[in-house]
Formats: sequence, C-alpha cells, structure tokens
Amino acid sequence: MSDELDRLPDTEPVKDPGLPEHQYRPSDVDEAQATRAERQISGMFTVATLLLIGFCVAYIMIDKDQTFLGWSAMNFTLGATLGGAMLLMGVGIIQWAKKLMGDHEMVELRHPAGSTAEDRVDTLKDLNDGINESGFGRRPLIRRTLFLSMGALALPTVILLRDMGPLPYGHKNTVWKKGMRVVNDVAGTPIKPSDLQVGQLVNAEPAIMYETDEDGHPVLHGTELLQEKSKAAVIVVRMRPEDISPAKGRENWGVDGILCYSKICTHVGCPISLWEQQTHHLLCPCHQSTFDLADNGKVVFGPAHRPLPQLPLAVDADGYLIAVSDFTEIVAPSYPELARDQKRLDDKS
Amino acid sequence: MRKLSTRRRHPLAGIVVMLLALGVVGGVYSVVAPEPAKAETVSAQDVKAGRQLFLIGCASCHGKNASGIETKRGGNYGPSLIGVGAAAVDFQVGTGRMPMAKSAPQAPVKDPEYTAEETKQLAAYIATLGPGPAIPDDEYTDISGKSARQISEGGEFFRTNCTACHNSVGAGGALPGGKYAPKLDGVSAKHIAEAMMTGPQQMPVFSDDVITPEDKSNIIAYIKAVQDQPNYGGMAGGGLGPVSEGLFTWIIGIGGLLIAAIWIGAHGARVKKK
Repeated sequence: MSDELDRLPDTEPVKDPGLPEHQYRPSDVDEAQATRAERQISGMFTVATLLLIGFCVAYIMIDKDQTFLGWSAMNFTLGATLGGAMLLMGVGIIQWAKKLMGDHEMVELRHPAGSTAEDRVDTLKDLNDGINESGFGRRPLIRRTLFLSMGALALPTVILLRDMGPLPYGHKNTVWKKGMRVVNDVAGTPIKPSDLQVGQLVNAEPAIMYETDEDGHPVLHGTELLQEKSKAAVIVVRMRPEDISPAKGRENWGVDGILCYSKICTHVGCPISLWEQQTHHLLCPCHQSTFDLADNGKVVFGPAHRPLPQLPLAVDADGYLIAVSDFTEIVAPSYPELARDQKRLDDKS
Repeated sequence: MRKLSTRRRHPLAGIVVMLLALGVVGGVYSVVAPEPAKAETVSAQDVKAGRQLFLIGCASCHGKNASGIETKRGGNYGPSLIGVGAAAVDFQVGTGRMPMAKSAPQAPVKDPEYTAEETKQLAAYIATLGPGPAIPDDEYTDISGKSARQISEGGEFFRTNCTACHNSVGAGGALPGGKYAPKLDGVSAKHIAEAMMTGPQQMPVFSDDVITPEDKSNIIAYIKAVQDQPNYGGMAGGGLGPVSEGLFTWIIGIGGLLIAAIWIGAHGARVKKK
C-alpha cells in the first residue's frame, strides 16, 4: 500500500546523518591488486577441480582395507579431497565477493508486509465463490460426514499404536515359573550356588530360552523369544548374607546370599546390570535410578518409583538354582494401569 | 656325489639316513617348537621378601596381618586381603591402582610403584594367606589363534556382561558417587582376565564356573579385535557415543563455524586512497 509510505512525516525528530564516506578496497583502486585477487581465486577453483579428480582416482585406486594412521586410507583420502575441494570453492567464492564483486552501499526501504486492499478483496471473493459453488454451506450432510470421516482417520493410528508391542501385563507376567532353572545368558548353562563368589554378578535368563522341543526346534523363537526375553531377563548376585536385610516374607527368597532380581528398570524399562559389588547398588544407565539389592531392590535414587521385582530362588535336586515362582510384582516400566494389573496378578496367585 | 650314490646299497646306509633324518627333525623342532609354559615359580625367598614389602608399603591400611583395618563407623580403612589371591595383587599393584596416592572414591590407574619382581613377591606373600585366584596363565590370555567365530562369541559375552559399565567398545563410563568404569583400551590381556576373576573395587566377580576360562579368553580376544580395527569413520572421539559426539558437534563444531562466519563478515582490507 503506497499510502503508508506517504504517511511518513516529512521532518524526522532526529536528523538523518546519512551514510559514512565510502572507503575503497585495495583491489578497487589498484588494478594490479585486482588481477592478483583474480589469479588467487581462479587458482583455488583450479586446485578444487584437481582435488575432485583426485577423489575419483582415489576411489578407483585405493584398496578399501588399506590403512593410514590407523584410519581407513580410502575414507581418509576421499574425505580430504572432497572436503578440501569444497573448502577451496567456498574460500574462493568469499574472496571473490569480498575483493572483486560490486562494493557500494545500498539503501532499501522497508515495505509493508500485507497484501494490497484489492488483492485481499479478490482473494476473499474467490474463496466465497468456491464455497458457494461446492455447496459446502448449503449441504450440511456432506459437510458433517466429511468431518466424521476425517475424525475416523485417527482410529487406525490409535489401533496401530496400541499394537506396537505387547501390553506390559497381558495374561501372564513373565515366562518364569516354579522349578525353572536360572541359566547363564549367552552360554545357557545352569548355575550352582557354589559357582558364585561373594561379589559375583551373573546375567541370567530362564532355561526355557535355551530349550528345544522333541523335533529339536527352540521352544521360543523369533519375536516371541525377544518379547519374553525383554521381560524375563534377570541378574543373579551374591552378597554376604549378613549384609542382606530381607523384607517380611522374603527371608527364604535367596540361597546363601544369592539373590535374583529383574533386569528391567521399573522407570521406563531399560535393562540394568551396572552392579556395584561393594555398595550393593544397581544403577540404571538411562536415568540414573539406583536400587539397593541388599534391601529388597529399594529405590535409593532417581526417577524410578517402584522397587526392582525380586525372583524367589531355590535349589533343585541336582543342586542348580531354580525359580520358586514367577515374579510376584509386575515386571515392566511404570504405566497408568499398573495398580489395577498388580491387583489382578495378586488375585491370581 | 658319485661316491655317495655308489654306497646307497651299503647295509648301514638305512641306519645312517635314519639318524640324519632324526637329527634334522629334532634340530628343527627345538628351534620351531613353542617354549613350554613355565609355571610362575615362587620361592620361599619371594614370600619373605613380599612380606617385608607389605609391612613397609601396605600394612598401614591393610593391617600388619593383611586382615584389614576397620574404621570406627564400621567401614573399611583398607579391606582384608586374606583369600584375595595373587591375581588381585598382580592387578591392583601391576596397574598402579595400589598403593593409592590419596583417599578417593576410586583408586585410579597410574604408573606402578613396584617393579615386576616386587609385584611378584607381594603376590606370592598374599597368596600364602588364603586360597584365591592365581595369576592367569596362557589359557586365559593367549588369543593368538582365535577364530572369527570365537571372537564373535566373546563379543556376545562382552555385550551381555560388560557393556553396561564399560561401553560397547570398552570406552568406559560413569558410575554413581564419582566412581567410574575405566576404559579398556591398552589394558593387557592378563589384567583384563585378573579383573574378571577378582572383581576389583566396584566391579563384580565373573568366576570361572560361570564365565569359563575359554569364554574369558574369547572376551579378551573380542576387546583386542575391536581395538585393533582400523577406524573407518575417521576420528572416533573416544567412542563415547552419540550424546557426547552431538554435544561436541553442536558446541565446538557449529559454534566454531559461527565464529568463523562472523570473522569473515567483520574483516576486509580498506584503503584511504580513492
């Protein structure tokens, strides 16, 4: 709107000091300097071209297993040539702009950002014409059903999100059950109490993870194995029995100072096994929740709200560590319906 | 040569050839054969010398009988060393962690105070106090002939048991209260094996019954294999992970670029001449 410019006062309260006197660059006043700068800049562009050819040569010629100062020779050369070429091109362009391109002060007045009044009227008219012709306002049934279907578009998202993983507590807690052996993770070997020294940590799994059926196929495999593993993973630790203070009803959950806890943090479910053998503290690396394993997995620091679930242990006839039952607390990160599901779990047992 | 070949049917020729062959085989074997693993010989002299060193350098914290000194609050001034075994002494003294320079949440690695001979004598003395793990032999530390399968198996054990504290490439990590898991770069195979066997400081024990000597040597082979890998990505930045690397890129990298851009904009030669 040109009238806005017209409304500016003719006399300003502070006198416009104007622009300072223009100062020239060496290359503006001395032709030899300008030629020198030109040669410099074109030299940089030429070297950049050579480096880019060097990039192609290196890519074809250098063996990918060759090393240079402990780095991959090929990656190093590719990075050095390509990076060098781009750097030289950039420096060249800046030099060009600073030394040779036009160098005079320009004044550009700010213009109002809005469209002109005519444009606004035209746009509104076009929009209203469209609405009238489509009958959007006159046919409410179409309009409402359109909004309905757009709302329904959110349903598949909700359903898909809900099925992204297993619910923390579905029909059962974990695959642990009475008599299942505690086996060493990776190796799958059962564990005897005498295998463990005071201060020992064993990353363990339920034996079913390593069992096969009569055809020799693993009992659990694929997604199911991973899902069960993500809930049933445990750590077995041994402390001096006199250091442990078991809660009421948990006095016989350990074997000679050997205790078993869930590996799943009760905060957001990270696997934890940062065990400090002298303080008996277990630290979660994600948000620093710290659990005291000598004190029933009590939270001693951090955002976790529930103690770490403990798995009651016993020894079977062959002398190997077994679970007495499944976890009595829900193994999962905390979630809104946890109290309800814990109650369901308590009722079942 | 003709003379030699004319006697090839001599009755003694067979015996001579056989003796020669035996000589060659024996000679070659004695050169090529690996030296038999010598058991670390410990004499009564070593134990005596070790006790002297202990009384001078260690007893002030660990007690004159190495049974530890308790503080008034029931904590440990220096823990009991009875039953910790030679491996624990070799690790703690051999890596310079002991003797501690000052009281701190954790004894850091530093240049060893004792020579290899003195460390051996100290270990010999402590080993006599009670049964404990001995200094590991080649079964744990010899990783020369490890196959790719064994190394990847060692990697599985490493990721399950070690990465929680030591990071997936052994770069180390922080623990509560000023403690930390040290980086494994440049730690000798013997010291890694000893740490697994004895559980120094806050580190848990990984006994041979659960993580077998073969598993341990596979883990060591994996650590060494990871460290010997050429760095295809350029500078690793300590391998500390995306958070520290991102922080570095945003603050030092992008910040540096900003400063460079401002510098470029602010500078330019001007002359008074017209």
